Amino acid sequence: MLGRVANGMFWMYRYLERAENTSRLLAAGHRMALTRGADVADEEWRSVLTTLGMLRQYQAQNDDFAGAHVCDFVLRSRANGQSVLSMFERARTNARTCRSAITTEVWEAVNEGWMALRDLLARPVRDSSLNAALSAIRRESTLARGATHGSMMRNEVYSFVRAGTFIERADNTARILDVKYYLLLPSLSYVGTPLDTGQWDNVLRSVSGERAYRWLNAGRMDARSIAELLILDDRFPRSLAFCYAAMRQNLAALARLHGHEGPAQALMREADQRLTGCTVEDIFDQGLHQFLVDFIARNQAVANAIADQYRFIA
Amino acid sequence: MVQRAAIKDTMDAPAQGQFDEMHAPDGSVRNAYRPYQQWLSEQDSAWMRRKQFEAESLFRRTGITFNVYGEEDAEERLIPFDIVPRIITGAEWRKLSRGIEQRVRALNAFMHDLYHRQEIIRSGRLPERLLRHNKAWLPEMVGFTPPGGVYTHIVGIDLVRTGPDEFLVLEDNARTPSGVSYMLENRETMMAMFPELFTRIKVRPVSNYPRRLAKSLSACAPPCASANPTVAVLTPGIYNSAYFEHAFLADQMGAELVEGSDLRVIDGRVQMRTTKGFEPIDVLYRRVDDEFLDPLTFNPDSLLGVPGMMDVYRAGRVTIANAPGTGVADDKAIYSFMPEIVEFYTGEKPLLPNVQTWRCADPDSLKYVLDRLPELVVKEVHGSGGYGMLIGPTATRREIALFREKLAADPDNYIAQPTLSLSTCPIFTRQGLAPRHVDLRPFVLVSPDGIDITPGGLTRVALKKGSLVVNSSQGGGTKDSWVLDD
Repeated sequence: MLGRVANGMFWMYRYLERAENTSRLLAAGHRMALTRGADVADEEWRSVLTTLGMLRQYQAQNDDFAGAHVCDFVLRSRANGQSVLSMFERARTNARTCRSAITTEVWEAVNEGWMALRDLLARPVRDSSLNAALSAIRRESTLARGATHGSMMRNEVYSFVRAGTFIERADNTARILDVKYYLLLPSLSYVGTPLDTGQWDNVLRSVSGERAYRWLNAGRMDARSIAELLILDDRFPRSLAFCYAAMRQNLAALARLHGHEGPAQALMREADQRLTGCTVEDIFDQGLHQFLVDFIARNQAVANAIADQYRFIA
Repeated sequence: MVQRAAIKDTMDAPAQGQFDEMHAPDGSVRNAYRPYQQWLSEQDSAWMRRKQFEAESLFRRTGITFNVYGEEDAEERLIPFDIVPRIITGAEWRKLSRGIEQRVRALNAFMHDLYHRQEIIRSGRLPERLLRHNKAWLPEMVGFTPPGGVYTHIVGIDLVRTGPDEFLVLEDNARTPSGVSYMLENRETMMAMFPELFTRIKVRPVSNYPRRLAKSLSACAPPCASANPTVAVLTPGIYNSAYFEHAFLADQMGAELVEGSDLRVIDGRVQMRTTKGFEPIDVLYRRVDDEFLDPLTFNPDSLLGVPGMMDVYRAGRVTIANAPGTGVADDKAIYSFMPEIVEFYTGEKPLLPNVQTWRCADPDSLKYVLDRLPELVVKEVHGSGGYGMLIGPTATRREIALFREKLAADPDNYIAQPTLSLSTCPIFTRQGLAPRHVDLRPFVLVSPDGIDITPGGLTRVALKKGSLVVNSSQGGGTKDSWVLDD
């Protein structure tokens, strides 16, 4: 397949994944704003922007952290090149550019998803319809993923599709955990003690992990168990371990197809070993923040190596 | 029992001197349309209106859109689709296809001659100045024969009809004719919406066009190609108005869809950048104009093409379809000589006539044209897409005055034709059936194995009442075109 098309596929699914995760993060923020006081809400919206890496850009144009302003900026502002609407637009543009790499089902799912969101986000979203809008974003992204799963050949194209999906998802989960951890712990002495359950519930909601967590840890709520679920539990589909199990599989498929491994596989394996070779105690001994910053950098290096090794760009 | 509202046939009788393909002057339905009319009379009109609406959403979903050049907000637009098919009998088609084949054979021989001995000019049948002033003429092609001797791999012949037996050629598209994806999607849409129609009426299929295209292109591969030649479609990218079609055809043929940035000349071959490294291409179905193909040979600012590609081509190590320099035949001054050209190369009288054409370069013709501007259609010699033309009968006085000046200033640049009374075909409107003018573009494939014409083609229809302009860029629509299997 063409290097340009591999690049287009990889990023199409990164965009879709990011749009979906962004909406999850907003939904959690919105819930927090409804259940806690105004001070907490402002802090919460600020942390949403920090997690998304949009804080500076937002502040350049806004003086406050009002929910409506943050949501508008994140969802649809033309001044924000990383808005959910523009993510979907880019995913669709990539789908058009690589039209012959995807099935009609996938194209229709992405195209219709884009048409639906374009209409939905044509005007500012009212507070009362925010939840409906956010679940529509997740639904459209889910439909595209479902069409991909159900109709695409498990060939080289698919390996790039999955690699893009899991690089992005691992990055998002790591960022949410990192930002929240900093924000939520007044001092290190809190580690391991019972926590403000409302806040941590929010972290779990940001990755749709509240149900899984309850099921695993009936009643308890502490940083270690949450970090364990989000980092090390390979049964949870948004955990770093799960993402890297998928990365192992897809990069191995690419290596088989090309007849050899390269820097991408080597870097992936290193990043993966940091996950599989440690316990949650090791992570907290090293420092969670340190661990996550290191992971995000390694994950990024894997993405760059994939682009390089498979000739994404001339 | 639900009361049905029958579909109103407002087309009692066609206007005087107007050939309608469905209705005879006495209001009766012509043979070709009889089975369809029978079916239609059993349908409910509200249901048909819903179907028209459904067709549009089907098209929007598949993303079959085009971009309009020269518009501020270059949004993707849908070409309107009309749900009434345009129907041609098997006998009419057989006759037509003989004429088309003859014309395409002549076109190809003409191209070869122009770039070799130029017998037609030596014999005095074609004035040399037509080549000298022709921008589509490429000196780089002189003395070179493309692989398989094929110049025009894909041709679209635009036909108009003026009577029961009168089909005329309006234009030969020998560069990179577009519209075939609409032909295919129109049929798919009709079959999805009206399956019972196709069980009642036997229509010749078109869906194997992409397979035939792939086969035809492969048969033109250069000698250095393997038994399974690599075919790629070269597109200018997603902002091109026909991008949908490029992607569609690549997808349907199972070929790579490449852009200039994917290609490079390495080891004397045109190669594409794959995830495994560079791999050679044997046949390039290019949807990029000649001047953008190779910045070293043509437009140096082009980012769409491949530096050095023309050298590879001239070394016979890649097939470019259509061959560079075939645009000569798209020229309307050359068009006016097509009857002579057909006779010169085939030794036969042309089976398909041209539309009568006055070459304004000729002083007598110019005088005739200037005297009758309000009744004529004036076209630029190199124009296309329905731009830069004057339709006398519907033009304002000011437009006519403007063209009078243009003609006087640069007569060589214009030809004129009578305003034809193009045939009409019914479209479905809220009020019922209504006649609208149509043309037809059949698609023709040429390879050393022969000439292959897909039955039917693309019918374009002027949706505005009385309008003669069928171009999609100017408010035209399309219809499914049926050739009956009788």
